[in-house]
Amino acid sequence: MRAEGVTRASVRAWQLAVGVAFVAAWQAGVSFRLLDPFFFSRPSDIAARVGTWVSNGSIWRHLAVTLEESLLGLLIGSAIGIALGFGLARSPFAARVLDPYITMLNAVPRVVLAPLFLLWFGLGIWSKVALSVTLVFFVMFFNTYQGVRDADRVIVDNVRMLGATERQLMRHVLFPSALTWIFSSLHTSLGFAMVGAVVGEYLGAARGLGYVIAQAEGTFDTTGVFAGMTVLSAVVAIVGAGVTRLERYLLRWKA
Amino acid sequence: MIALELDRVSREYQTPAGNAYRAIADISLQISAGSFVAVVGPSGCGKSTLLNVAAGLQPPTSGVVRAEGRELNGLNRRATYMFQQDALLPWKSVLDNVALGLTLAGHPRVSAHARADEWIARVGLSAFRSHYPSQLSGGMRKRVAMAQNWIIDRPIVLMDEPFSALDVHTRQLMETELLSLWDEGTARRTVVFVTHDLEEAIALADEVIVLSAGPASGVVARYPVPLERPRDLMELRTTTAFVELYKSIWSVLREEVVKSQQGEAVRAR
Repeated sequence: MRAEGVTRASVRAWQLAVGVAFVAAWQAGVSFRLLDPFFFSRPSDIAARVGTWVSNGSIWRHLAVTLEESLLGLLIGSAIGIALGFGLARSPFAARVLDPYITMLNAVPRVVLAPLFLLWFGLGIWSKVALSVTLVFFVMFFNTYQGVRDADRVIVDNVRMLGATERQLMRHVLFPSALTWIFSSLHTSLGFAMVGAVVGEYLGAARGLGYVIAQAEGTFDTTGVFAGMTVLSAVVAIVGAGVTRLERYLLRWKA
Repeated sequence: MIALELDRVSREYQTPAGNAYRAIADISLQISAGSFVAVVGPSGCGKSTLLNVAAGLQPPTSGVVRAEGRELNGLNRRATYMFQQDALLPWKSVLDNVALGLTLAGHPRVSAHARADEWIARVGLSAFRSHYPSQLSGGMRKRVAMAQNWIIDRPIVLMDEPFSALDVHTRQLMETELLSLWDEGTARRTVVFVTHDLEEAIALADEVIVLSAGPASGVVARYPVPLERPRDLMELRTTTAFVELYKSIWSVLREEVVKSQQGEAVRAR
């Protein structure tokens, strides 16, 4: 236990060191005119900008919109992906029929869809949610499908011998078994959900972090662009840590 | 009464190359209710296939399986099955694993847990009722699996080399516990115990069935085991009666083992 604690602490220390070194190098590069502040801004300016946004409260409504879109995208995309993943894993015939279509749809670059979604769902949150869904869906779908198919044959036979119906088999074996896969993909899905929302906002919206970044870019305000990215990354890191804790709780049976 | 009957049962597989591989051929067996039968044979002789067919996990290619007189159609609902590999649900605690059969049958949670607790006590794991399988030793997991199987009151118990992965001493302990589970109560269950270990087979069973080397395994011989019960497994193996029996069954089994090894050597070439 002791050795583990030491390791964890040293990992944290090194994580911090890498971050500090990167920011310091950046700051120094701009100070010594190795980097042009017009293109690269300055960490100190970026921090000041984030500070202003937070203290005058202007960032919150943008952040709230982006989070709402991402969360809706994550929920809806996961729901459809898990449902279809389950369905196709239990019905090999349908899986074979739909296989080429799923591959084709997954290959469509999502940026191409954004203008269509704007037309279909308007400038509000739903065009962004839709974009998020198209990204989250595939990750969840493939992982659920694989997770269900990967369920231990012996455990499945055992539970059937113990009297399980098809539905009970899903509930007691296939779903928990797929959960490992679903959770390992949740971190990826979370990132994708945010990407979908922000890209959607970037291409046409009146609020949201993507909108903030697009506005800053429109006025060559690189500080604003980097500040927007900083907020976005920080939020992903915090939510990701929450997911890790949830995962650790739900998968506590793992050795 | 006949608990389990196989009537000219054969089972074939498609090999990856597309050929039909006949695992067991024309096996007819009648196993009377309440008896403990061990099935031995060289590795790859279709012992597991025999058990899977009896469990209804695999339909016979030809022939009929009857459980308590009724022809099997799908899973054998009169039997439980204890697997060679770990088959516990890793995401369920010991308590939930043992209670599973009752939960699936729709028993209310409280009474299912109460009965599961009794069974957990019977296999000596009360202190571990909230543990997950990954936190238990191999022997403990086997005890949980036994409780999980025996809690649902089915007259036939199928066991596929359940203790083969355990060390010798743990194994002997588990065999003793299995016998005491089987022996207590009024009505003994019918046990079909597959093993490749002849010593284990004789020590446990009323009757030892020897299968021939595969492919197309069949029954070579059936030996009654007239050793007295209850048996002391610590001492039994050195008694003259045991050794005599072992010698006579081994003389038949050895031939099959040699055949199976020769077959493997040919296939390897």
